[in-house]
Amino acid sequence: MSVPRFWRKQIARYNLVGTHCKQCGEYFYPPRNMCPSCRREGEIEDFKFSGQGEVVTYTVIHAAAEGFEGQTPYVLAIVQLEEGPRLTTQIVGDAKDMSIGMKVSPVFRKLGQSGDRGMIYYGTKFVPA
Amino acid sequence: METNQNGVNMSVGIVSYGAYIPRYRIKIEDIARVWGDDADILKAGLMVNEKSVPDVDEDAATIAVEAARSAVNRAGIDAQRVGAVYTGSESHPYAVKPTSTIVAEAVGATPVLTAADFEFACKAGTAAVQTCMGLVASGMIDLGLAIGSDVAQGAPGDALEYTAAAGGVAFIIGNRESELTAIIEDTYSFTTDTPDFWRREGMPYPEHGGRFTGEPGYFKHVTNAAKGLMQKINTKPDDYDYAVFHQPNGKFPSRVASMLGFSKEQIKPGLVVPRLGNTYSGSCMMGIAATLDQAKPGDRIFATAFGSGAGSDAFSITVTDKIEEIRNSAPKVEELLADPVYVDYAKYARHKGKIRLA
Amino acid sequence: MREVAIIGVKNTIFGEQWDRSFRDLVVEAGVGAVKDAGITGEKIDSMFVGNMSGGQFVEQEHIGALIADYSGLAKNLHIPSTRVEAACASGGLALRQGIYSVASGMDDIVIAAGVEKMTDVPSAKASSALAAAADREWEGIMGATFPGLYAMIARMHMHKYGTTSEQLASAAVKNHQNGQFNPIAQYKNKITIESVLNSIMVADPLHIFDCSPITDGASAVILAPADIAHEYTDTPIYVKGTGQASDTLALHDRRDITTLDASVVAGKRAYEMARMGPEDIDLVEVHDCFTIAEICAIEDLGFAKKGEGGKVTFDGETAIGGRIPVNTSGGLKACGHPVGATGVKQAIEIVEQLRGEAGKRQVDGAEIGMTHNVGGSGATAVVHIFSRNR
Repeated sequence: MSVPRFWRKQIARYNLVGTHCKQCGEYFYPPRNMCPSCRREGEIEDFKFSGQGEVVTYTVIHAAAEGFEGQTPYVLAIVQLEEGPRLTTQIVGDAKDMSIGMKVSPVFRKLGQSGDRGMIYYGTKFVPA
Repeated sequence: METNQNGVNMSVGIVSYGAYIPRYRIKIEDIARVWGDDADILKAGLMVNEKSVPDVDEDAATIAVEAARSAVNRAGIDAQRVGAVYTGSESHPYAVKPTSTIVAEAVGATPVLTAADFEFACKAGTAAVQTCMGLVASGMIDLGLAIGSDVAQGAPGDALEYTAAAGGVAFIIGNRESELTAIIEDTYSFTTDTPDFWRREGMPYPEHGGRFTGEPGYFKHVTNAAKGLMQKINTKPDDYDYAVFHQPNGKFPSRVASMLGFSKEQIKPGLVVPRLGNTYSGSCMMGIAATLDQAKPGDRIFATAFGSGAGSDAFSITVTDKIEEIRNSAPKVEELLADPVYVDYAKYARHKGKIRLA
Repeated sequence: MREVAIIGVKNTIFGEQWDRSFRDLVVEAGVGAVKDAGITGEKIDSMFVGNMSGGQFVEQEHIGALIADYSGLAKNLHIPSTRVEAACASGGLALRQGIYSVASGMDDIVIAAGVEKMTDVPSAKASSALAAAADREWEGIMGATFPGLYAMIARMHMHKYGTTSEQLASAAVKNHQNGQFNPIAQYKNKITIESVLNSIMVADPLHIFDCSPITDGASAVILAPADIAHEYTDTPIYVKGTGQASDTLALHDRRDITTLDASVVAGKRAYEMARMGPEDIDLVEVHDCFTIAEICAIEDLGFAKKGEGGKVTFDGETAIGGRIPVNTSGGLKACGHPVGATGVKQAIEIVEQLRGEAGKRQVDGAEIGMTHNVGGSGATAVVHIFSRNR
């Protein structure tokens, strides 16, 4: 991912900053600028999530995506934050410890890098709480 | 309010602290097996049994962030008050581009602050502490965040590989008396140009002078800094409940403690190296953090860091009542050391990037 | 709105075609379909081509013009040619755009084609190109792969409904059974549940044999107004219904991880247009990019109750000769999955079945068939219903 493209949403990735619609009360992470329920009537503001959540579903990836070969096997999961929204993330830890419904909390980790010379991408993964 | 000999307000100290240690460990036996060394002799000589290993997605920046967040959370600090972030490390992920900006952003301290990365071998973290002390004491900033964090490098097969570990510690330095968890009464440094250990630009592993790192490096600087500080503030080893010395292994701090007149009991709480290894820039600060984890209000701690190159920073610290209030609000060093996951040399080599993918 | 019929079809061989290029494939399919319809190039009013990622697979964009050019329809005839993209649903959408253009009266004779040349890049690069169908910024950056996303659907399906790995595997086994009778299929070997379960794990619980392969191939159909279809062929196949629906790009934003709402809604729209229900359908080609995708598809389209797709498949109800034959072509799993072509190939399988030309995989008495083509992990779905009777 290009430098400006990553940097643009860097705070959202570092600190789980998403958005909130004041009109209907729904929370969004990843952030959305348009509320899917209220659309033009929605009022969007930034919102920092607590980071507490639980595993909705997960998999253990053995055949890695390009750039993730050094991490196999890694646990990919959909996590539901306590405020409601769901996100795709990695769970740090042993595959055998994972379960649906498991409580998780956020950690700061390296997501990847653009080769040896390019930018290093940091962001949020989760660990069993 | 105390003032030092230069008339500057020295009532500064540690408002909060946080530590981070990766969950993986490798045993000395597993490294010795690869190189055909005798593990028992190494363990006895180094007084190190195992060392921490970073996860595949951990580096000095992620460790610095985890330690800094732990410090911010432990005392419930409003991160916007932090006016300076200095991260000491000899394994900054970028050669050029600060680790400290990553930390500042990830703890929510941006954008009104100053930040820079420090490097002074294993004492870059305490150099950051001293810098923050100065800025806080002068009134330039409200709070300063000083971090020592490393994913320490040791070349495969080199003696350093048995000890080079991963971990980090963050101190939040301030001077509001009601907020201080530990008052730093004074600090004293002893610095010379001594090439006992270095890593050249672009090189993956450090070089060192073998036994030359001992007498002219570690022992000369630590003893001079420690004696200098005690002389300056008129204290003696008996005045302290605890002592912490840079711990590249277990032997050096034990020997320097006895050379200076500190007892085994005084250094015991802070001597985490046998189960952790040398976290380089985090080493001395980890010892202070482990000691704060169990110190009582009024306890005094004497700490001396050492960085190759070479220099030592000594600190005289008194713990306040505040410690009881914040101690349990973040993971203690003992908790971070507990329940490790052991890896073999192959996995360790992969985690450390010693196996290069195409 | 005019009714539309398919009057000509052609698939290339599906598989690893080292000696044939992107343009070789699509020209073969296009010319073959034109011949099958018994028309000439001058008759063609416009063409629509489904292609997911010429840019990443062969570093070629401007696919519409390329194909018109190499089909001999550009330089003298200047026939309009439009590329359609919706990831793995690109082919189904190209067909739908062709149907729109004939139904509207703007065009009479239209080519709807699909093509993908996937083996000119290493498989890691191919996987990465396919992963662009997911949300690059919020799924891909975390290391999500396509098998990974469907594996999370599978895990949830197992957790919620007790679906088993054996039941998932049975979809692959059945599709290989069908594929051996399809001359164009990439894989014509039979496999067993044991061999699926013993194949290497890609993304737990999905094994490599739960996954569709990387494939080169192209497919094309010729569309005409139903009123004049008999001028070209004795066996026109009529488009009775078409439905398309969108859902959230990322899997994590879906209402229910185990239901592809886009499939449900696209199916409902197609059923309503055709004035039919699942009970009217004699056979269906569903988007089995992974075994779990076939299980979800037959549930979402009404051929099995939610949660029973695995059991129904394992019990043989979706085999040829079963209650509702699914993926007689071999599906994406055995026939292969050149992503831009798949949606058109599905329609061709139904055309061949309804014409009674499907040989050993023929479903006896098939009169009405359905296709179901999905983009990404379910952000786009397109469903068509075809009949041999007007």
